[in-house]
This record gives sequence, C-alpha cells and structure tokens, in this order.
Amino acid sequence: MYRMAVLGDKDSIYGYAALGMEVCPVTDDASAVHKLRELAEGDFAVIYVTEALAERIPGEINRYREQMLPAVILIPGVYGNTGAGIANVKKSVEQAVGSDIIFGNN
Amino acid sequence: MPTVNPTRMELTRLKGKLATATRGHKLLKDKRDELMRQFLDLVRVNKSLRERVEEGLKTANKNFALARAAMSDETVEVAFMASKQEIEVEVTPKNVMSVNIPQFTVKTRTSDESDIYSYGFAFTSGDLDDAVHSLAEVQADMVKLAEVEKACQLMAAEIEKTRRRVNALEHIMIPQYQRNIKYISMKLDENERSTQIRLMKVKDMMLEEAHHYKEKEEAKAAG
Repeated sequence: MYRMAVLGDKDSIYGYAALGMEVCPVTDDASAVHKLRELAEGDFAVIYVTEALAERIPGEINRYREQMLPAVILIPGVYGNTGAGIANVKKSVEQAVGSDIIFGNN
Repeated sequence: MPTVNPTRMELTRLKGKLATATRGHKLLKDKRDELMRQFLDLVRVNKSLRERVEEGLKTANKNFALARAAMSDETVEVAFMASKQEIEVEVTPKNVMSVNIPQFTVKTRTSDESDIYSYGFAFTSGDLDDAVHSLAEVQADMVKLAEVEKACQLMAAEIEKTRRRVNALEHIMIPQYQRNIKYISMKLDENERSTQIRLMKVKDMMLEEAHHYKEKEEAKAAG
C-alpha cells in the first residue's frame, strides 16, 4: 500500500492533512530536495509539490519524470498559480510530438 | 567506401540483417503511431483535468488563507495535528504499448465523509470547515490528475525513445545495409565477369595450342 504526500510551504499545504495525506512543510531548497528524495524512496506513490517550490528545484522534479513511481505532480500554492503545472504538461507534448500542438500560443 | 568483405557469406548475413531491420522499423513505426494517438487523447484529458484541479485548488487555497487569517497559528496547528482520515493508494501497473503506467485506486481509512474534519468545532472558525470541504471536493480529481499526468510523462518519454529508434533505422541503419549489399553484389558480379573473361581467354589459348590455327592460316596465305 502506498501513501500520498504534499510538499511545499506550510501555508499552502497544511490543509491536506485533513484528507489524510502526509504533509511535509519545507522552507529552504536544500531541505526540500532532501525531503523529496526521502519521500520518493519511501512508500509514496503520489507526491504533490507546490509550483512555487517546484520552480526552485526543477532538476529534482524532472528526475522522477521517467520513473513509474512516484508521480510528482505540481499544484498551485496559496500564493497563486504560476502556470508551472500546465507548462509541465506542455513539456510532455513537446517531448513527444516535437512541437507544441495542444496549447497553441497561450 | 564501405569496409566490408565482398564475400557471399557476408552478403547473406547482410541481407538477413536488412530484413530484420526493415521489419523492426515497420513495427517500431506502428508502435510510435499508436503511442502518439493514445498520448494525444490522454494529454487532452490531462489538460482539462489540470485546469479543473487548478480551479478547484484556487478556491480551496482562498478559503484556507481566509481561515488562517481568522485563527492563530497554534489553533490551526492543533486542528490538524491528529487527522482522523488516512488515505492510501493502491498501485496497479497497466501496460500500454510496453509502457508501464501506474493506476491509482484510493482507499480511505474510514468511509465516513465527515472524518475529514479532524478537529472540534469549538476553537476553529467556520471558514476552516469550508476550506477543508472545498479541498475534499477536488481530491478525487487530484488523484485522477496524478494518474493521467504520470501516464503522459511516461508515454512522452517512450515516444521520444521510439522515435529515435525509428529514425536511426530509417536514416542510418537501413541505408547503410543497402549500400553494403549493393557494394558486395557489384563486387561479386565484377569478379564473376573477370573469371568468365579469363576462362574464355584460356580456352582460346588452349585451342590455339591444340590446332595451331594461326600457323595453318599463315601457311595458307604463303602457299
């Protein structure tokens, strides 16, 4: 049985505890990287990461792209939607098709 | 110039390789096309799902920000300290064109919907209840999003790999084999012709030796 976790700044993620997810508040990048690795190696199938944090550690996020588990999914935090999540989907399209044919110019 | 031995054995070997490469190329191309078709369907789902989740989370985040503004840090912390609900996911791998895609089935510890409220209502504001409720509403979509987005990422990687292989076969391997096969068969033909000519020459010389045509001709002319 796998679990789910949420990684990000405290204000954005504290509510997820109510749903029964593992909440991992982090403040600095180094500890975020450390925590993400720890979660990925543990029994976590889905790790939600706030967009704001993900933009600071893109290398770590991309590490898990081609692995079956865990699924690292970006979610908007309390400070607003940065568009990084949708950019990630766009990246998949560009990787597969060669150019972006789904999202157009927006 | 290709560096291959112009022998019959090498030719047979290369022909076998070319046949395999051509078959592999066709198969991989089919695989790529099918993966692409499925990927494009999936990525459209991914896009709409993500838009829906982001919209839902925007509302939830707004509510949480509101709730937090009305309460002290300690109250919030205490409220979520011992959550009643636990969430677990079961992962079943699904094979799509040799790509292993995880499928998530969510299991909550208790089935009671109100178990997401892990706190007594005395010290928290009503905004917090709204916030938790709005978050619970997007939860199912979030899991679905995780599944679809992961599938998209894995398939994109596989498509990229397959496309490289198809291109390598189509533009490098197959032409190279064809060039080598052509070179060997031309070389062999050339050898055959030169043997033929040599034999004809030898035959002429042997006949000359046996019958002395030339001497007779000369004698006739003189006589």
